[in-house]
Amino acid sequence: MRSILIILRKEFLQIIRNKTVLPMLFIMPFIQLILLGFAADFEVKNLNLHVIDNDQSTYSRGLISKFSGSPYFNIVNFSFRDEDGMQDLKKGDADLIIEIPTDFEKKLVNRESSPVHLNIDAVNGVKAGLANAYSNMIIRDFNLELLQKATGKVLVSPIGISSVNWFNPSMNYSTFMVPGILVLLMTMVGIFLTAMIVVREKEIGTIEQLNVTPIKKHQFIIGKLLPFLIIAIIELTIGLIVAKLIFHIEFQGSLLLVYAFALVYMPVVLGIGLFISTFSDTQQQAMFISWFFIVIFILMSGLFTPIESMPDWAQKITWFNPIKYFIEFMRMVLLKGSTFKDVTPHFVIMAIYGVVINALAVWNYKKVSA
Amino acid sequence: MSNIFVNIDNISKSYGDIQALKDISFSVDEGELFGLIGPDGAGKTTLIRILITMLLPTTGSATINGLDVVKDFKKLRHLIGYMPGTFSLYEDLTVEENLKFFATIFNAKIKDNYHLIKDIYQQIEPFKDRRAGNLSGGMKQKLALSCALIHKPDILFLDEPTTGIDAVSRVELWDMLKKLKEQNLTIIVSTPYMDEAELCDKVAFMQKGEVMEINTPQQIVEDYDIPIYAVKGDNFYNLLLSLRRMKITRTAFPFGESIHLTTYEELNENELNKIISEFSNQRTETKRIKANIEDCFMAKMLKNK
Repeated sequence: MRSILIILRKEFLQIIRNKTVLPMLFIMPFIQLILLGFAADFEVKNLNLHVIDNDQSTYSRGLISKFSGSPYFNIVNFSFRDEDGMQDLKKGDADLIIEIPTDFEKKLVNRESSPVHLNIDAVNGVKAGLANAYSNMIIRDFNLELLQKATGKVLVSPIGISSVNWFNPSMNYSTFMVPGILVLLMTMVGIFLTAMIVVREKEIGTIEQLNVTPIKKHQFIIGKLLPFLIIAIIELTIGLIVAKLIFHIEFQGSLLLVYAFALVYMPVVLGIGLFISTFSDTQQQAMFISWFFIVIFILMSGLFTPIESMPDWAQKITWFNPIKYFIEFMRMVLLKGSTFKDVTPHFVIMAIYGVVINALAVWNYKKVSA
Repeated sequence: MSNIFVNIDNISKSYGDIQALKDISFSVDEGELFGLIGPDGAGKTTLIRILITMLLPTTGSATINGLDVVKDFKKLRHLIGYMPGTFSLYEDLTVEENLKFFATIFNAKIKDNYHLIKDIYQQIEPFKDRRAGNLSGGMKQKLALSCALIHKPDILFLDEPTTGIDAVSRVELWDMLKKLKEQNLTIIVSTPYMDEAELCDKVAFMQKGEVMEINTPQQIVEDYDIPIYAVKGDNFYNLLLSLRRMKITRTAFPFGESIHLTTYEELNENELNKIISEFSNQRTETKRIKANIEDCFMAKMLKNK
């Protein structure tokens, strides 16, 4: 215990001395949370629309005004030729083209069906899908109006849909993102800094000097990792304050539960950092290996793309992604108000993960230095 | 008769196919200043790392003060002071913080053992609030030595402490070691510089993982039985080439201002000078000399090749 305290004291002294790490530790979560919290938004607004209206009639204008009135579309150009439209699409000036044929009004008045053609830039699949869906909605609305006008009756769709958005009533993306980003921050501190700072002792050779002292390996490791557990908890606190004060997120569940989970979660990421450090001799190597894992962990965490939409094999890989569990947990507890009973599996999985990864790390650490 | 403090018994160490140490056996007495001399790659560092319990020998065993370096490594680590070849203290901590850190991990107080490091530490004490990274090379070394001594070890290991250090600091370091020896501290020091062998009580000359000879420096010099001469000339390089071409020559190496020439037979100074002068076509000066320790090691190294 005494030895751990000595190492701990030294570590904090070094962290405080470090002119880059210390400010980064406290400014980073603040800036990243605010930046990403406001910027990360999956809702697609302002789709750029190129209109080819070959009919120039009341009906065609009526349809176009429906588009221009929608918050999702932004008409950038009018023309009468397909080539002009494709030009805009190619240049990226337009996201989609709507083409109305010459006898649009005539056919509709004569109770014939008239096609409307949509050309959509599908480089970004999500955006294209949404552009398609929004356009369909507008055209369906317009259709209904036309039918009402033609029949003179008030028409009602046979099945009325009523939906309520639970847990995030205003469909606010920051509510959805901020708890997840908070998890990323804690994970980054855990993996990067642990891997680098343990390797640093190797790189500058101080481990040589330490190894001949009576300090035991586990004391050294605990003394090295504990500061980052403490720092991560401080980051979590800063993050929660930012979430509350700046993003006005209402915390539904118990914050105590969140802290309890953080205490189970951090040993897992610290263990991963330690594990990486046992493979690396320089900080550069540690940095590269850490990036390899972090990128996979983040992109397969369900923060940006839902895990449910991944192929089966990819979903199985995410079982080994600690970030996935914490993000799930945060959303469940903070947004849905889940209780310990609901998240017990998360606790159990993280606890097992923590024991296994740390055992592996310590085992490999010993093997390497023997 | 002094007590044996370190006993090394048939130690070998291999890394895969490479044998770094071959069957090393020797002992070091208590309070002795023992030198491991040898060129780079001779196995000095490997041997030291085995003795400080950082490396396991492939075969053989060693004891320090009766404690086995493999089995009793926990107890041994309290008795050992170690100064690695490269500076390995915390550069972002101050001089005082480094010293305090290493004192506390050994459960020692600076106050209690201050007398041990007083002479050394006093020289860097004015800079105690300076970060270790900002010290000069010589001062860093004094700090490293202080940190290695602060827990009052019974034995001190120094791995090539004079490599890359200026001449003044080298002399200072050896003075410090001599003073430490007076406090009955056993010291094992490795160095590639053969001239430093003279400063040790006893030296082991190592090459290619083997100990070629263990003796006091005085005895090594006395045992040297090859005729050796110092030759000076106007054209130094030309003279060296000429000497190496001559049939009587065993070896010829530049040594400071002169060339140390060894021959197969004992020859008269003046006659030899005449031969050399004629052969190299220049004015030369030849003197029969007494071999120094470097000449001895040179001869041994060549014999082993």
